[in-house]
Parts: sequence; C-alpha cells; structure tokens
Amino acid sequence: MAASVVEMSAPRNRGVIRESQGSAASAEIHAEMTGIKRIYPATGGGPGVHALGPVDLKLARGEFYSVVGPSGCGKSTLLDVLAGLSAPTEGHILFEGREVAGKVPPGVGVVFQEDAAFPWLTVEDNIAFGLRRAGTDAAEVERRVAYAIGFMGLKDFRKAYPSQLSGGMRQRVCIARTLVMQPRLILLDEPFGALDAQTRLLMGDELLKLWRETGATVMLITHALDEAAMLSDRIGVMSARPGRLIADIRTDWPRDRDSRIAAEESFGQITSQLWRLLRDESVKAAGMAGAKG
Amino acid sequence: MRQFIDSLIFAAVLVGLWQGLHWFAGDIAIASPGVTAERAWQMVGTASFWAHFRETFSALGYALAIAVLGGMTIGLLLGLHRLSGEVAEPILVSLYSLPKITLYPLILLIFGLGMSAKVAFGAIHGIIPIAIFTMGAVKTIAPVYFKTARVLQLTRRQLVTTVVIPAAIPELVSGLRVGFSLTLLGVLIGEMFASQRGLGYLVMNAIGTLDVPTMMAVVLMLALVAVAISATLLYLDRRLHHRAA
Repeated sequence: MAASVVEMSAPRNRGVIRESQGSAASAEIHAEMTGIKRIYPATGGGPGVHALGPVDLKLARGEFYSVVGPSGCGKSTLLDVLAGLSAPTEGHILFEGREVAGKVPPGVGVVFQEDAAFPWLTVEDNIAFGLRRAGTDAAEVERRVAYAIGFMGLKDFRKAYPSQLSGGMRQRVCIARTLVMQPRLILLDEPFGALDAQTRLLMGDELLKLWRETGATVMLITHALDEAAMLSDRIGVMSARPGRLIADIRTDWPRDRDSRIAAEESFGQITSQLWRLLRDESVKAAGMAGAKG
Repeated sequence: MRQFIDSLIFAAVLVGLWQGLHWFAGDIAIASPGVTAERAWQMVGTASFWAHFRETFSALGYALAIAVLGGMTIGLLLGLHRLSGEVAEPILVSLYSLPKITLYPLILLIFGLGMSAKVAFGAIHGIIPIAIFTMGAVKTIAPVYFKTARVLQLTRRQLVTTVVIPAAIPELVSGLRVGFSLTLLGVLIGEMFASQRGLGYLVMNAIGTLDVPTMMAVVLMLALVAVAISATLLYLDRRLHHRAA
C-alpha cells in the first residue's frame, strides 16, 4: 500500500490545480467545481475579503475525499458552496451533471460541526424529521428510521431528547438524520471537531462503514490530519486564506478499512507528508490571525 | 419541596411587612392583612364581585389574544427578514418605552367607553414586548438550523412551522410572561378611568369612597391571580429552557 503523493507545481500565485494523474479522471465524475471563488463584499469602506479560490475540484462517484487546511482557510466555505448553501462569487458547480445554483440539490446531505439536533424533538423524531417533511409514507419512515437507529447505535436513546445525550451521541443523531434521506453525496463539515479523541476514532469507523454500505460519495472537511489520512481515498490540502488546493494526495487504502489502518507504515508517511505541506500554511494562517486580532 | 418552603417563608415575610406598614401608616392608608382578607372573603361571596372579575378577565383574555397573535406575527416577520428587523427594532424599543397612558385619551376617542377601549389599551401594552421578544427569539435561532432546513429541502412554510416556531418557543414563553403582566396592567389602567365595570373600577371606586379595606382586598385578589398565572408561565419557561439547554 504505497501512498502516491502528487504535489502541484507552484500553485500559490496562479492558483492552477491539476488533477492527480490517473484514477479520479477515469472514474465517473459525481460533482465538479470549476473556477470557484468566494469574495465577501466590502463592508464599511474596507476591502472585500477574498476567502476562497480559485478552486477546481472533481469528485469521483463513490470516493472518500477529505480536505485539510489551516484554520480560517475557507474549508467550510468550500463545503457550503458545493452544497449550494452559499453562492460562489465566480465559477460553476455541477452535481450529477446539473448546475448547482442557490439551492441545495436533492441527493446532497450535509452534517455540520455545530450541534444541529433539534432540542424539541426526540432522537427518533429528529431522525425522521426530513422524511416527514418530504411526505414519505409512514411505513417507509418507520423502516428507514429503525435502520438508521440500529446502524448508528442509538437503540437505547430513541425516545430521549438531545439534551440528555453526549455530544458524540447528538452528532450520531445528525448523521442518522442525513443517512435516512439516502443522499448520494454526503458533505461533512468537521463533524467530529467537538468530540474527544477516542470518540473521534470510533465515529471515523462508523463513517467508513456508512460510506461502504451506502456507496455514497463523501467529502469530509477536517483539521485533523490523522483523521484525513485514516479515512480518505484522496486528500486535498488547502492553503491559508484565500484557500486554494495546493496538493492532492492519494492513500490507496482498501475500501474495506477501519481505524486500525493507523498502524500501517504508510499511514505515518501520509500524515507527515500532510504536515510538511501544511506547516507553512498554518504558520501563515496563524500570523494572519495574530495580525488581525 | 425546598422551593415550596422558601416561597412560604417569602409570603410570610411579605405579610409581616404589610402588618408593619399598617401599624406605621394607620387604618386610613393601609388596612391590616387580617381586615383585608376578611373583606376579600366577604366580596368573594357576592355576585357583583364576580361580574367585575369576569369583566376584567374577559377583557384581559381578548387583549392577550390580540397581543400574542399580533406580537408573534410581527416578531416572526421582522425576525425572519433581516432588513425589516433592523429598521423596526429601534422603533419598537422606543414605542416600548413610551408611557402608553398618554395614548389613553386617543384610545377612548377611537373606541369609546367600555370593553373595546380596555381591550385595545391592554393589547397595546402587551403587543410590543411580545413582538420584541419574538423577534429576538427568531434572530437567535442557531444558523445551523436554517442550514439544516435548506439541506432537508423544507419549504418556507415548513421552515416557519416546524423549525422557527418550535426553536423559538422557550423564548416566546419568556415574552409571554412579560406580555401577560403588561397587558393586565393596561386593562386595569383602562378600567380605572372612564369605566363603570371591572376590578380596576372597583379599586378606583373604593379609593373615592375612602373604603381602604375594599381597595386592598381587590388588589390582594388581583395579585394572587396574577402571581398564579405568572408562576405557571415561569414554570413552563424553566422547563422549556431546561430542555433546550
């Protein structure tokens, strides 16, 4: 299992991103972003903030792709734009061949870092929420919710309210709520950011299992390099703001994997490779933050 | 249980203070708790008291219905539409601090004497705080709920009925508490002037005839009802906030 690493040549000024040679291009393209830029308009006479881009990205159907980058680099903006939650200033997004514009396309599921479980609903009702609003018939709702509850290990908590659950359990509820909608593209915005290390590892395994069983395409935003290295088929490394993809790393892990992969020799290589790429960017990002604050 | 005992001690202290004030100020200003309770008991036995009571609380009911429906609708719209909210908020806050008694002659001119003036006066007291609370409640809903709603393909209507309102309910109950007491205040003030019925009228009438025990008895009963309703809302409020935490 050799990790192949393709770094982009001098992308910093020109922002040109090349696809890594081979596989992604040959597989079916599921989602595609071209020339994406996000510039927040100026407020109160100051200059606008160039948050993101230009970014070009192709996601192959069924792949597990992660994005790592220093804090404040626009990772979440990238996800919001791909999901159709916020419009890019420039560029185009295609999901399953259709333009994404101003609306989240059906078939896309998003799990956020923030606690998004509705506190006024029980675990069960939270999970069924989207299906019920979509008018799915009761028997089907029941079936899918029961499956998701079993899958996410929430059986003992189906009647509980989110306030009675730990952060990890609440995030499971949110993942289950996404899962029952049977999304073909699942976007996760630092979903385990608020969890402790052991819970993160376990949740990572759950996520891999979910990815394998649903066959969905997954894009995971994370700041944890080991998490990206452990879970992904392919990892995009983002620069400090304005965020651009400066490297593209393939892991070549088998599809049937779990957290024990961390013991592999190439896991260490990938993680240190990621850190080598990110160190300068993180310093830059930290410097920027320091100057700002 | 502990809380119940605390409340009892608090009530006992209040009665003690009241008795002290009575000794200090004398019969012409403040009736003693005993005399007041006796008069209250007497009044509860008369049909005319209940007619006044009904008058006040049906006016309160109408006023509250208008204040709650109106206030929540205004608050929801302003909370969901950012620009309107930003424009309206300072206006609402200054209206809130306006002493509404100055509008009473105007209300009387518009609605004439009687029930409708009282209802209108009560409603204008309650509607603004309820609108402000509702707007605040909607504005502080976690942005991630709105994002989730968009990802789950909710329609605008589903967003309001299944996300915005339930998410805002704990805050709405807080608004309702403030709105309730101010609406009651408005109704009572309305009854005190230019009215022939209601508990507010009874109080004014008793003051006019220097019947201190009657005045105090009405105030006591009003206070008990108001405290009971307020305590219920507070209980609900705590429960809802606890669940949301």
